[in-house]
Amino acid sequence: MNDVTALTIAEARERLRRREITAVELTDIYLAEIDKANAKINAYVSITGDQARHMAAKSDVLLAKGKERPLEGIPLGIKDLFATYDVHTQACSRILDGFRPNYESTVTANLWADGAVLLGKLNMDEFAMGSSNETSFYGPVINPWRRKGSATALVPGGSSGGSAAAVAAHLCAGATATDTGGSIRQPAAFTGTVGIKPTYGRCSRWGVIAFASSLDQAGPIARDVRDCAILLKSMASFDIKDSTSVDLPVPDYEAVLGKSVKGMKIGIPKEYQIDDMPKEIARLWSRGSECLKEAGAQIIDISMPHTKYALAAYYIVAPAEASSNLARYDGVRYGLRVSGKDIIEMYENTRSLGFGHEVKRRILIGTYVLSAGYYNAYYLKAQKVRTLIKRDFDQVFEQGIDAILTPVTPSAAFRIGDESLTQDPVAMYLNDIFTVTVNMAGLPGLSIPAGLSTEGLPLGLQLIGYPFGEEILFQLGHVMEKACGTFSPKKWW
Amino acid sequence: MSVDLTMIKNIAHLARIALNEKEAQCMSGELTAILGLVEQLDEVDVTNVEPITSIMPMILRMREDVVTDGSRTEDIVVNAPVVEKGFFLVPKVIE
Repeated sequence: MNDVTALTIAEARERLRRREITAVELTDIYLAEIDKANAKINAYVSITGDQARHMAAKSDVLLAKGKERPLEGIPLGIKDLFATYDVHTQACSRILDGFRPNYESTVTANLWADGAVLLGKLNMDEFAMGSSNETSFYGPVINPWRRKGSATALVPGGSSGGSAAAVAAHLCAGATATDTGGSIRQPAAFTGTVGIKPTYGRCSRWGVIAFASSLDQAGPIARDVRDCAILLKSMASFDIKDSTSVDLPVPDYEAVLGKSVKGMKIGIPKEYQIDDMPKEIARLWSRGSECLKEAGAQIIDISMPHTKYALAAYYIVAPAEASSNLARYDGVRYGLRVSGKDIIEMYENTRSLGFGHEVKRRILIGTYVLSAGYYNAYYLKAQKVRTLIKRDFDQVFEQGIDAILTPVTPSAAFRIGDESLTQDPVAMYLNDIFTVTVNMAGLPGLSIPAGLSTEGLPLGLQLIGYPFGEEILFQLGHVMEKACGTFSPKKWW
Repeated sequence: MSVDLTMIKNIAHLARIALNEKEAQCMSGELTAILGLVEQLDEVDVTNVEPITSIMPMILRMREDVVTDGSRTEDIVVNAPVVEKGFFLVPKVIE
């Protein structure tokens, strides 16, 4: 890390506009940092140095003319799930071996149209399926954070582990990420960064490799709340190419920062007080509500009785949609092909070699719950439970609650290769216990670092809003950030 | 609900994924565990509850029935493993 990469997007934007640094200089400094650090952190799976310098040079021309766009010259990392023209796009899976799309996702196209610079593609769990970034074909990402006095390698969370680690280690100014069950918020919490999963339909899913289409949503991971607000404004748009994209104007999220939260009603759901919650998570949570109370918000106990069923319903809905979405990887149209004696064997061999264990397992669960005779018992039942989960939230917001405060994760970052998690899928899935409800109901959720564990690792709190209530989340998040501070790892890489 | 080896092999074939014996064994245990988690839903009364169909209340948009894209054969086949004259090639399907 150095002085320049330590700048937030808002600060770098100022320096660029005042011509104290050029976009090419800024990009070169980031590329040099990536060059030094990536072998240790493994955040990037592809580095696009030439393209980055080219984009930065164009930004310098516009900056010199005073015609800069909102993100002019800001170097970003992009999760490998987003299609980027003629650049590595594989969802960190072997089955998309060599795939280079000749189209651009709407979200990344929006960022380039606003002047951002592409540093490279970021590591992730294969097809965004995982909570530790250990399912990537390109190997695990190493969390820039370590426990006090320990050199044990920790996971950065997942699936957007590369995005979170790159932001925390200052290997990009900000990053894109996606969230199907917690994949933005959990890694943000594990790395002391800020991440938001916007309302379903806020960011276009066009050109984002599909995992579970009714749950997937793109969003940013950044150093602080302001940077997150800046990035979301550029990423979000109405897009006719995504039939679930919502035609609502994108607010200036940055404009709400600093506004008073006095009188806002914050719900504390009793169902999130799980039995074996570690004391430090419980303490963090009550400190968070104290700090909102001190800022003039009203803290109200609420109840959402179907919360405990969200994870079970999620592990029907998400694999079911995944098994359908991933049927397209058959060795015919793109990526890997492994031959066989006939076409069926070619499909089976290709998918066997191309997909990793976690992805295969989820496809098998999905195939099972959708198969004849089981559809009503599993998928239909889960979609009905989802209605009840959404109704719980609707009722709370109808009572006048402005936002809900919960922890993000039941623990701090864990060790890479932890057998109790890698060999027990259900234990690993429990990481998402506080985050999946938000995806099931399509709501926005902001993860902000709120303190350190006794071992010196960052812990996060989550603010959940009503549909398209992102502004309120940023407003509250900004207040919490002022009270809790921001967190950076000590450099060891 | 336990998922035995025969069932795993049947599902794997439906999903077009070849599994060796060891993988099939492993999947059998893991799927049984996951379906155990899912059994929690048996407690929920869903009488008269409609399944969710739209995450945000919205009606699918209509548009004019016009050609908006196309004639991009090259773009479409460019990433395919085996291509001939703009067609995807696959092993022989019909004898």
